[in-house]
Amino acid sequence: MAFDIFAELPKLLWLVIAVAAFLAVIGVLLVAVDGGPRTRYDWWQAACFLTPAGILLLVGLVYPVVRTTVLSFHGPGGDTPVGWDNYVWMFTRPEILLVLRNTLLWVVFAPLLATATGLVYSVLVDRSRYESVAKSLLFMPMAISFVGASIIWKFVYAYRPAGADQIGVLNQLVVWAGGEPRPWLLDGPLNTLLLIVVLIWIQAGFAMVILSAAIKAVPAEIVEAARIDGVNGWQLFWRITLPSIWPTVMVVLITISVQTLKVFDIVRTMTGGQFGTSVIANEMYGQAFRYGQLGHGSALAVFMFVLVIPLVLVQIRNARRTREAQSL
Amino acid sequence: MILSPPRAAPEPARAAPRPTAVQRVRRRLSGSGASAAAIVIAVLWTLPTAGLLISSLRPEEQIKTTGWWTFFAEPVLTLRNYDDVLFGGTSQRQLASYFVNSFVIALPTMVFVVVLAALTAYALAWMNFPGRDWIFIGIFALQIVPLQMSLVPLLSLFSDGVTIGTTQVLPPWDLPGAFQFTRVWVAHTIFGLPLGIFLMHNFITQLPKSLIEAARADGAGHGVIFRRIVLPLIVPALVSLSILQFLWGWNDLLVALIFAGGSVEVAPLTVRLAEMAGTRGEEWQRLTAGAFVSMVVPLIVFFSLQRYFVRGLLAGSMKG
Repeated sequence: MAFDIFAELPKLLWLVIAVAAFLAVIGVLLVAVDGGPRTRYDWWQAACFLTPAGILLLVGLVYPVVRTTVLSFHGPGGDTPVGWDNYVWMFTRPEILLVLRNTLLWVVFAPLLATATGLVYSVLVDRSRYESVAKSLLFMPMAISFVGASIIWKFVYAYRPAGADQIGVLNQLVVWAGGEPRPWLLDGPLNTLLLIVVLIWIQAGFAMVILSAAIKAVPAEIVEAARIDGVNGWQLFWRITLPSIWPTVMVVLITISVQTLKVFDIVRTMTGGQFGTSVIANEMYGQAFRYGQLGHGSALAVFMFVLVIPLVLVQIRNARRTREAQSL
Repeated sequence: MILSPPRAAPEPARAAPRPTAVQRVRRRLSGSGASAAAIVIAVLWTLPTAGLLISSLRPEEQIKTTGWWTFFAEPVLTLRNYDDVLFGGTSQRQLASYFVNSFVIALPTMVFVVVLAALTAYALAWMNFPGRDWIFIGIFALQIVPLQMSLVPLLSLFSDGVTIGTTQVLPPWDLPGAFQFTRVWVAHTIFGLPLGIFLMHNFITQLPKSLIEAARADGAGHGVIFRRIVLPLIVPALVSLSILQFLWGWNDLLVALIFAGGSVEVAPLTVRLAEMAGTRGEEWQRLTAGAFVSMVVPLIVFFSLQRYFVRGLLAGSMKG
């Protein structure tokens, strides 16, 4: 059967109607905002501009946070209170402990290696002739989806039995080196590390872009002065560049850590969470939406939220300290 | 700081003594060592994508039996895989429909988030009302809420509606056909708003205060100021946020899985590809071509608008 363009028309029509209706509402708002009373405070004006986003955020984020927390103390259907049972379940079941261990592996390795790669690379290509092309190569994975990236790497890890021609690069390299090809994604805990590689591959570009901007902001006078003093590239990096950009390094590390805690697409696409590779985000999806265990799923979501909070607090404290240092 | 900058010296670099021959050799060596390392990293980063691209263009029998690197020994190219994956088989298997769905999901969300974020950020930056800072801090804090916290309650809001006491305030959204996109749009918009508002606020607060105050003194209302003065000035920021939001919408898997389901009517490319990777993991000719179909749009956006993409990320690197 050929591709039916007419089957797609209702979607496009609804798209146009929805966007037009939305813009019409906003247009009315923009007119209405100046029709209201003028008082000392902009009550009317603020109400006009804040109400749409305010309602969406209250309904879609504030209320759900409360509701999910409540659900985490209830049974599978969300109506019988069970106290801390869901949390006890989380920390006593071996398969969930494995999930927690995997998440820990992700949060330890992915941010560190992605940031380190991005940092090293941005220093190496800084002020080289091909800097912009070189940066694009590393940055490109940032643009594609985690699903696309997962398929790319699934292909790298592809396995054929020994003796057959390999189609995955990794196994071919192993064979050329005289080794036996392996089904990489089946053996834990190595498979979790191989999934982490995918996230590093994606996030290193982000780290590079942010760190590269920070490196360029290091005052040229300092670098020149150090060069005149006979400091070589290695010393320049450790004694001047790295200390100068340290706050940014922390920001990048924490940002990637927060992203890593929520990682879902990679695990789901590459292994579906099988073979001992599941992580909190994937397990939450499975419990809440596939096994109908709303209580378990909610408890996992709450735990993930609790893990994110300290990271963000450190982040905010860092930001404030940097701003104070800059204003001095 | 370890060294204080020598402000007095007018031309410090030019005045430096010429390096000796040995120094020059050493510098060149370390320089080429650095270049070699950079090239190794760049190759490692590009090779997986290149391998997939080459494979997607090879005939099916070859993809399944030999590695993509043998292509260089016996180059055979074909677009058959793309034709097959886009238009072949039953409508449930054609990626072309899912491709349209990805657009229908990503474009409106982009418009909704950018417009609402700009309005909200303007109000929080330039309107005068008590509690303003608390609202801003509240929205800032919402950035850290993981999607996962919101999925179960939001989905039940959509499917059961809202009941306060015994009165039904909002009916359940039992939407047929193309109207199912509405749920995905609303969910994406909600999840995109906190960071969107934060980014826009960063840009809008940087506008000169005198500009807004002069317009206020001339009697212009906030609606007029927003339309005539602020919007034209923040176009680069609007473009940055549009790109980020479009790519998030296009690349998302989780929100679409939960709010769109897996049907060919509304599911985006990512959902279909993830499914193919699971159930048809050995159909490499379809997987490789399919992955590239899903990557074409982000890559075009990336290579043509990279400058704005980077700017958005830099402004948002505080994202929690």
